[in-house]
Amino acid sequence: MAKGLWAGRAWLALVYAFLYAPLLYMVVFSFNSTRQDARYTGFSWRWYEALLNDTKLVDGFWLSVQVATLTGLLSVVVGTFAAYVLVRYRRFGGRSLFAGMAHAPLVMPEVVVGLSLLLLMVGIQTLLGWPERGVLTIVIGHTLLGSAYAMVVIQARLSEMDRRIEEAAMDLGARPYQVFMLVTLPNMTQALVAAFLLAFTLSFDDVVIAEFLSGPGVNTLPQVVFGYARRGINPTVFAAATLLMLAVTTAAVAYSVWVLRRSRQRADEAKRALAS
Amino acid sequence: MTGEASLAEKGFLSTDAVVKQFDAAVAVNGVSLSIRRGEIFALLGSSGCGKSTLLRMLAGFERPTQGRIYLDGVDITDWPPYERPINMMFQSYALFPHLSVWDNVAFGLRREHAAAASLADRVDAMLNLVQLGAYAKRKPHQLSGGQQQRVALARSLVKRPQLLLLDEPLGALDKKLREQTQFELVNIIEQVGVTCVMVTHDQEEAMTMASRVAVMDKGRVLQVGEPHDIYEFPASRFVADFIGNVNLFDGELIEDLPERCVLRTEVGPIHVGHGVSGALGSTLTVAIRPEKISIARADAAKPPAHNAWRGKVEEIAYFGAYSTYIVTLEHGQRMKVTESNALRHGHRDITWEDDVVMWCDVMAPVVMPAT
Amino acid sequence: MTCIAALLGRGWMGRPLVIAVPYVWLGLFFLAPFAIMFYISWVDMGNDILPFKPLWDEASGVLRLRFDNYTSLWRSDQGQWFDTLYVDAYLRSVWYAALSACICLLVGYPFAYAMTRADARWQPLLLLMVMLPFWTSLLLRVYAWKGLLADQGIVNQALLALGWVQTAPVLLYTDVSLLVGMAYVYLPFMVLPLYAALSKQNPQWLEAAYDLGCTPWRAFWIVTVPLSWRGIGAGMILVFVPSLGEFVIPSLLGGPENLMIGRVLWDEMFTANNWPRASALATVLVLAIVVPLVWYARVAAKDDRG
Repeated sequence: MAKGLWAGRAWLALVYAFLYAPLLYMVVFSFNSTRQDARYTGFSWRWYEALLNDTKLVDGFWLSVQVATLTGLLSVVVGTFAAYVLVRYRRFGGRSLFAGMAHAPLVMPEVVVGLSLLLLMVGIQTLLGWPERGVLTIVIGHTLLGSAYAMVVIQARLSEMDRRIEEAAMDLGARPYQVFMLVTLPNMTQALVAAFLLAFTLSFDDVVIAEFLSGPGVNTLPQVVFGYARRGINPTVFAAATLLMLAVTTAAVAYSVWVLRRSRQRADEAKRALAS
Repeated sequence: MTGEASLAEKGFLSTDAVVKQFDAAVAVNGVSLSIRRGEIFALLGSSGCGKSTLLRMLAGFERPTQGRIYLDGVDITDWPPYERPINMMFQSYALFPHLSVWDNVAFGLRREHAAAASLADRVDAMLNLVQLGAYAKRKPHQLSGGQQQRVALARSLVKRPQLLLLDEPLGALDKKLREQTQFELVNIIEQVGVTCVMVTHDQEEAMTMASRVAVMDKGRVLQVGEPHDIYEFPASRFVADFIGNVNLFDGELIEDLPERCVLRTEVGPIHVGHGVSGALGSTLTVAIRPEKISIARADAAKPPAHNAWRGKVEEIAYFGAYSTYIVTLEHGQRMKVTESNALRHGHRDITWEDDVVMWCDVMAPVVMPAT
Repeated sequence: MTCIAALLGRGWMGRPLVIAVPYVWLGLFFLAPFAIMFYISWVDMGNDILPFKPLWDEASGVLRLRFDNYTSLWRSDQGQWFDTLYVDAYLRSVWYAALSACICLLVGYPFAYAMTRADARWQPLLLLMVMLPFWTSLLLRVYAWKGLLADQGIVNQALLALGWVQTAPVLLYTDVSLLVGMAYVYLPFMVLPLYAALSKQNPQWLEAAYDLGCTPWRAFWIVTVPLSWRGIGAGMILVFVPSLGEFVIPSLLGGPENLMIGRVLWDEMFTANNWPRASALATVLVLAIVVPLVWYARVAAKDDRG
């Protein structure tokens, strides 16, 4: 049995090494003094300086933040609606179609989603003369995907929520939408935050849909990086990657700590109550 | 349409032939009840008998498939739960986890848009009534089970409902707490003066707390009455068997006089001290409660002429305050006898394998139809 | 706000409204685009201003369907069936996706299993560490592999240093780099459902097996693995389906011999500018993915009910 245990631990270590190798590579070589991507020639900040001066990357970053924030918010709203409908309304006309459509973006290839949305946008544009492809169109495309993922997260929370508190609220005189705003939503905050983060990340990282739905001169960060990637290795990108990883790690750790602390607090308080 | 007079007769809360069907299963099968103002009324039955469904229909969470529900003369069958002047205390308490105790209790009043000052007063008064004034700022998960229950009770009473519904109120509590809470609950309810319908599977709960009990099985009400009546005068075999312990025998009516009758049963002729309805020769059921039967060692007692039996003690269950003896009679029939352990002994008076005699008074047996 | 609230307050109006919101959203941005795409797949290629011609000739009122948007997908210009680049690319995509799923399973199953065996205090941390790369940009991580797998790159240097190869192999822009990239990106998608399925397993099942004379090795294969089939199924699907239509990884790590259907669609759209044929291809792709999935969902649902 012990042999198995150590084999397991070794495998864990190996796979984690595999998962983190590229990240480590980028961090190390973002400080490389030359353009070399395979040989470490010395420590330097030059690529970070270059990053700050690279307007395309910096602009792309801010655009991505904008798009991702809007996507996150919109995805949570749409996803909450969809999740609520699927969990609470067991029977209505066209439910299977609805469920299928709601889950479909999860399995559709992004190229297909991008293509179909592009056709829609072009169609609307020829009819109404608006909208120009840009932030709005990208947000819509990202939200289509993001809302599907948000829906999954929120659905999980909704279906395990104790429905009795909603009944209690109704019993005490709250109308259905009041029940939702005053009781259901406040008890879902963790899921809503998780859904937002998920949609945000998806949007921030997407290149395919952005390429399909963006207009000339509108380039998100992934689009810029993708353009660079086709032309070879550029350590400025490594610098950007390192900073991004730092941001993500900080956010992930902060979020986990928040969740952990909340659950530990609750457990402690419950224990104290039982003892008293 | 029934007239004004009959509506008044119907009682404060009444259900009229209420049926609830879920696809193929019928949960409530034609229940008509009439509940008086101010009483505590219990729906008693084992799980699946329909009592919870009936309660939910009163609260408004389920719609009857057929039948109507009237509260104080008004037909509330189609009213949604948030419009009914009825409040429910849930079995799991269903306290809002994200709100404090104070906000939980205030929730219902806020929906009524009560004026801020009177709202605060009413909430404080209710919290004092349930003795939780000091815990107002706590959240539900910071309270013990008994405290949570009191918050749930306060929350459902603060709106001064016309009807209070209790769903298995003592189910989540341990035995010691249950006894204490039973009396506290009844006190508070009577103090507030609200009509109350409670649902439970625990006979003790129903018998001690309610002023009237309805025994339910398979979606129907089998008998309604005061606890004493249900216990001493069960109307059917099921009710007799369900409430407490009982010895049941099928019997053929062989003698029927106004002041007494005799039935021939597997344990011999049983004399009953009152007349029964039924033709001679018909099959009826005789029920004798174990505590109504006296038991003594065969060599130490002289049994009466009628309603006496001999047997051997097969099993003894010792409950501290009383003991239950299972006695096997001559031809293998078994009888259950309960005796209180009134005297402190260093040893048992009657023990296993003893030959014993048992007897009961002619008023002890109850006769009912042989369903 | 109050009038919406009033509308929602009335029972009869509230529910349809709540259902309508996501329904309309999906109808507008999911169903309508696909309907348009389907429509476009039947029209003729247009000019630079509008990439397609209308479906019917306004002058003569005749419906002009271009069937060869579809037929050209599996029938080459010389008239040979299934000898087109589209069929090639699709079959290759299926092959790569299946391979990726298998690799992820072989790597991920022991990994997930080892995670469940770890001390309970560490498991949330282990999970977090699996998810963390997922949260950092996919694009950037694939980008890094470009550098790692280059001819003079770190991986080749390591291989040479270890003496495992004599000359540096060409890794980049081959199916090796492609599969490494796919496995790398999709590993978390396999690990998560496997971990969920395995950690839900009742340890007493294994104890019962040991009690009945089973060795740990055998017990693993006849108890643990079969009972985790749902996790395996979910993992395989979560890897296979997206891999099929994957675009970024083949673009950055694949070569001209590793053409996958995602890139073909892209090229058709942006290089050849043949929007109708791209739409036809997309429609076929959707059917090829959606139909088996619906069938799988029905099977899984039936199993749940049974």
